[in-house]
Amino acid sequence: MSARGAAAERNSGMKKTTEKRKNREKEEQQQEEEELPMFDKNADKVGHLDDTDEEKEDLSDSEESVFSGLEDSGTDDDDDEEDDGDDDDDDDGDDASGEEEEEQDEENHNKVEKDPAAGETSLTPQTEDKPAKSRKLKKKKSVTSGGDEEEERGKSERDSGLKISSQVDEYEQDTSDEEDIRNTVGNIPMEWYKDFPHIGYDLDGKKIFKPIRSKDELDEFLEKMENPDYWRTVQDKMTGSDVRLSDEQVDLVHRLQHGKFGDINFNEYEPAIDFFSNEVMIHPVTNRPEDKRSFIPSLIEKEKVGKLVHAIKMGWIKPRRPKDSAPLYYDLWAKEDPNSILGRHKMHVPAPKIRLPGHEESYNPPPEYLLTEEERLTWEQQDPEERKLSLLPQKFPSLRAVPAFTRFIHERFERCLDLYLCPRQRKMRVNVNPEDLIPKLPKPKDLHPFPTTQSLVYRGHSSLVRSISVAPGGQWLVSGSDDGTVRFWEVATARCLKTVEVGGAVKSVAWSPNPAVCLVAISHGNTVVLMNPGLGDRLILSATDQLISSYEEPTEVKDQPVEWSLAEGTEHQQGQRLILTHPRAVKQVTWHGKGDYLACVMPDVSSNVQVVIHQVSKRRTQNPFRKNKGMVQCVSFHPIRPYFFVATQRHVRVYNLIKQELTKKLMTNCKWVSSMAIHPGGDNVICGSYDCRLAWFDLDLSTKPYKMLRHHKKALRGVAYHRQYPLFASGSDDGSVIVCHGMVYNDLLQNPLIVPVKVLKGHTITHDLGVLDVAFHPTQPWVFSSGADGTVRLFT
Amino acid sequence: MGGLQKKKYESGSATNYISRNKARKKLCLSLADFRRLCILKGVYPHEPKHKKKVNKGSTAQRTFYLLKDIRFLLHEPIVGKFREYKIFVRKLRKAYGKAEWGGVERLRDNKPAYKLDHIVKERYPTFIDALRDVDDALSMCFLFSTFARTGKCHVQTIQLCRRLSVEWMNYIVTSRSLKKVFLSIKGIYYQAEVLGQTITWLVPYQFAHDHPTDVDYRVMATFTEFYTTLLGFVNFRLYQTLNLLYPPKLDVKGETELKAEFEEDYAMDSESYLEKLSALSASLARVVSSAEEEEAEMDYFPVEGEDMEKMEARVKAQHEQDKQKKLFEGLKFFLNREVPRESLAFILRCFGAQVSWDKSLCIGSTYDAEDETITHHIVDRPNMDKQYMNRYYIQPQWVFDSVNAKMLLPVEDYFLGVTLPPHLSPFVEEKEGDYVPPEKLKLLALQRGERPVEEDEEDDEEEEEEEDDDEEEEEDDDEEAEEEAKLKEMEEKKSQGKALPVKVTPGKVKSENRHRLEQEEKAEEKRLAIMMMKKRDKYLYDKIMFGKKRHVRETNKMVAKRKALDEASKADRKKKKQKKQ
Repeated sequence: MSARGAAAERNSGMKKTTEKRKNREKEEQQQEEEELPMFDKNADKVGHLDDTDEEKEDLSDSEESVFSGLEDSGTDDDDDEEDDGDDDDDDDGDDASGEEEEEQDEENHNKVEKDPAAGETSLTPQTEDKPAKSRKLKKKKSVTSGGDEEEERGKSERDSGLKISSQVDEYEQDTSDEEDIRNTVGNIPMEWYKDFPHIGYDLDGKKIFKPIRSKDELDEFLEKMENPDYWRTVQDKMTGSDVRLSDEQVDLVHRLQHGKFGDINFNEYEPAIDFFSNEVMIHPVTNRPEDKRSFIPSLIEKEKVGKLVHAIKMGWIKPRRPKDSAPLYYDLWAKEDPNSILGRHKMHVPAPKIRLPGHEESYNPPPEYLLTEEERLTWEQQDPEERKLSLLPQKFPSLRAVPAFTRFIHERFERCLDLYLCPRQRKMRVNVNPEDLIPKLPKPKDLHPFPTTQSLVYRGHSSLVRSISVAPGGQWLVSGSDDGTVRFWEVATARCLKTVEVGGAVKSVAWSPNPAVCLVAISHGNTVVLMNPGLGDRLILSATDQLISSYEEPTEVKDQPVEWSLAEGTEHQQGQRLILTHPRAVKQVTWHGKGDYLACVMPDVSSNVQVVIHQVSKRRTQNPFRKNKGMVQCVSFHPIRPYFFVATQRHVRVYNLIKQELTKKLMTNCKWVSSMAIHPGGDNVICGSYDCRLAWFDLDLSTKPYKMLRHHKKALRGVAYHRQYPLFASGSDDGSVIVCHGMVYNDLLQNPLIVPVKVLKGHTITHDLGVLDVAFHPTQPWVFSSGADGTVRLFT
Repeated sequence: MGGLQKKKYESGSATNYISRNKARKKLCLSLADFRRLCILKGVYPHEPKHKKKVNKGSTAQRTFYLLKDIRFLLHEPIVGKFREYKIFVRKLRKAYGKAEWGGVERLRDNKPAYKLDHIVKERYPTFIDALRDVDDALSMCFLFSTFARTGKCHVQTIQLCRRLSVEWMNYIVTSRSLKKVFLSIKGIYYQAEVLGQTITWLVPYQFAHDHPTDVDYRVMATFTEFYTTLLGFVNFRLYQTLNLLYPPKLDVKGETELKAEFEEDYAMDSESYLEKLSALSASLARVVSSAEEEEAEMDYFPVEGEDMEKMEARVKAQHEQDKQKKLFEGLKFFLNREVPRESLAFILRCFGAQVSWDKSLCIGSTYDAEDETITHHIVDRPNMDKQYMNRYYIQPQWVFDSVNAKMLLPVEDYFLGVTLPPHLSPFVEEKEGDYVPPEKLKLLALQRGERPVEEDEEDDEEEEEEEDDDEEEEEDDDEEAEEEAKLKEMEEKKSQGKALPVKVTPGKVKSENRHRLEQEEKAEEKRLAIMMMKKRDKYLYDKIMFGKKRHVRETNKMVAKRKALDEASKADRKKKKQKKQ
């Protein structure tokens, strides 16, 4: 097909060239030469080379020619269009007609020139398909013309088949202008003469013999070696003779092999000549006179114009009004109806207005509004969102010095964005008076008595005082310190009456609450010492000693976790009576309300013997718990009923000692409980914790704290209830003791009233520790506190 | 039991809101068109109260619109116009592509246009609603009217904006409703009271704009489209209320005055007319040509008690307003060429002054600089060569300050070459505890009718006295501190356990300050009560108190700064004096 396309192209090219008739023949020749390589391709595509019989080849040729001719002629305009595509030329009717004419001329010319070819085409239709035939009949003329062209091409193709021999014969060896005399058989496959010694016959009917070719392999080889022209020697099949190719021919072969044009002189890049240019030539392309219709006015147009005129006359068509671009304003709210507010306006949130400018935005602000150098630097370093002032205040001496504000358009644009992109929400601004937020509490003045001032300081300890306890009569105070001493003080005078060296940091001291005996429990290291301090009524002291000595060894000796032993020698003289050796360090000792039972805490995570309860009168020890429920922080007896409180790290468990079961588990909501105190009524518990909180539990109410007080700034170390007054105190690492009024009502419906009444300060903070223990006087509204500064203070 | 199981997010707030993308899809609009529609219809996103619920459990950031709003947009005829416009653009592009110039022209002629009248009516059902929202419209129009007529937006828009803003200014002049003006760094703020609504707008200084690249002018243009429509209708209505002709016409007198001279400078008649209007030197024509309208006298109703007081206050306020309206009445101003003509002419005319300027400066000047009757000549240059005896040469800030003070301020502070007093913002109303600059205090005193005294020396004395007081206080403090130190020493000695040099000294009578004790007690009570606050209340309380404290701190800082500056300037002055001596 490509070949055909090329042919068509060439045809059209030819059409154009017809103007220059002089050059025409020359060009035709050129074309023929050009066709050489292309034809080979064509032959390939058809499927057989010169070996096949001539008729068949003819047939195929003609078939092709017929089809191509058909297409060529039938789609003459198509050809033109292709031209358009290639040449970008417009084809007018005149032009086309002119071309047609010339085509015809050309056809005639072709006929004259190549009659035999035409004859051949006339033969071909027999073997054609029917549709092709009918089509061909319709446009016979054009077919023939197309066929002619194709034939012409076919012929040239055949020539090319012969080309080498003929050329060689004609111009190299034979100088005469005759046809090749040695070939008399015509264009036939030479195989037919393969077995014969001759090829064809001469005029006289004698055989023309082939040159004698009796070369065997050896001869061939010798020749190859000896003959320098061997490489350019070719056998001519037509005559059977060897032909030596001339230099030009070799050149030609090389060029063709490289896909170049055969003719050296042919310039494929010749400048294109634009035949139909914008320049007006003096001569018309055609000489055809103009049509008559071009002089006569069109009837159809006349009719159309008439209609339009009529429509205009009747006023059906009006001239286009010039557009009025200016908007028209009128009284839009002439009939305004305030009730016609749409439903959506209920949810309408009007956009907030732009903030009005303050003094700092003035072009000439008061000097204090201008930023100082530092402020300006910080302003520049801040992000634009963080800045308090959106612009830098500036001062200009006069109005004419004020420049344009560079961000003006920006700000307007941002306002626009705010208006349509920013989500709006109606927010209620509560105008709260901060005074209203403060709860109304009874005035501390009305809640007297409570300790208000520091009245006495008990000095003597050289290290921090871990624990203090007041005698049940309220006359004596005992304090245990890390310097390994226990000191007994007279409360009223702050006099140290007795100092006992126990040989180890004292962790806890507790005065027996039984007023009939005078016993103090002191824990240091692994031991707990029961001591008779020898202070106060002699009767009571002797009664105490008697109580200790009246002990009779039981008949059956039980295996006990704690070893009981009597103090002797100097220790006895110091006042120590009983020494209880525990398996581990004892952190806390606490008495039962009756003064017979004593509970000791030995905190250890891994053991189940953390709490032991001693009975002093029987020198018996028991371990109430079988299981370990976490590290025990402190324990306490219920003041009235047989309950036992155990505070672990985060919970307080309440056990019934008689039934031997857990009755309650209080959730402290604290991270780490440090201390605990039970209200003398027994229904309320306070827990201090290391995370600065104090939890008040009302056991009747819930297992959760009734109130959490966060009064202290640092960890709480000690809490205490007063035995008679509705007071409780908490000591903390921030060095303060806070006394609160904590009224518990007998009426179960009324919740306890808690009012902080006094913050007592006095202790100095040493090593980040402030107050370590607090204790109330049993009868007076006084509170004792021991601190890390080695002092005990009394607040009254 | 029984009943259908309730599904989540099928009722309640989740169904009241719709996300932006969903809304867009529901309306079948492109994002740009959706935004335009939102701008024109005044639809804005809402922040739901419970964002997670509305967002169906997701915490992704989304903007939400009220579903009602979107439904309301569904039936908007303008949406159809948007679609038509889209098609128009497509057709036009095609015609261009095919180089069918005739087609292009035809399409251009039939370009779909829409009107925003119904939207204005819908968004502002009453005229007062519209007036309330006219702030932004005015600022935008004034900005657009200063744009150069090239590039950023259509020339028609700019012209329209100019026309509308001139109309607005003319209305304000005629109704004399301007209240406050403020020269800020950004531009000039004006505040007017129109039909009881306070309207503030900002006008940039007259400079060519440096157009930023990160601003989307299409958004601005869409806003302007709506704002011009709104402002046009508002202007029409306002002109109607004053019986003025709309579009505005100069009255006969003004027209004849202006006619002869300047006509030939302007090519187009309409152009020159707008210029004349914008000159603001002539009054406007009325529908009913009445002579000066009588001021409506307030009716007096006999009332009693509190109402009486209120009534009196109202009468007083009215009286003051009237006075302010006639602030510059009878004064004759001349504007030098370097002052901002338009703003000054506008302000002066608003308060009844006569204004003129150099003929070559602008159309509409009514008298020359040589006029003997001129009372004030506004100049913004260090000095003038040729000065007339019988007029004040003052800087423009005087006009602004006088308007804000509602009285004619003494002109001495504003003479040529004098350092101007600070220009204060009239919009700041100081509450108790706020920082009040001393200039404002002076101004308030002036307004009350107190004569400004020659303060400098007195100030000095006062300050000295103050300083003395401070010193005394400090001394007191020192004494206390000493005592405390003594006590501490004693304690330390005690704690060391050393035998004290026991000595009985005659005790001093400590005068117990009862008042102070009481106060202390109260403070402690409060402290204790604060301890008992609930956590939530405590948080709020702390926040409020923090804010208050910060405010006090800032005020103190300002006071200290001012004091330091004053002292510095005083020291400077003294030095100069000494040098002179």
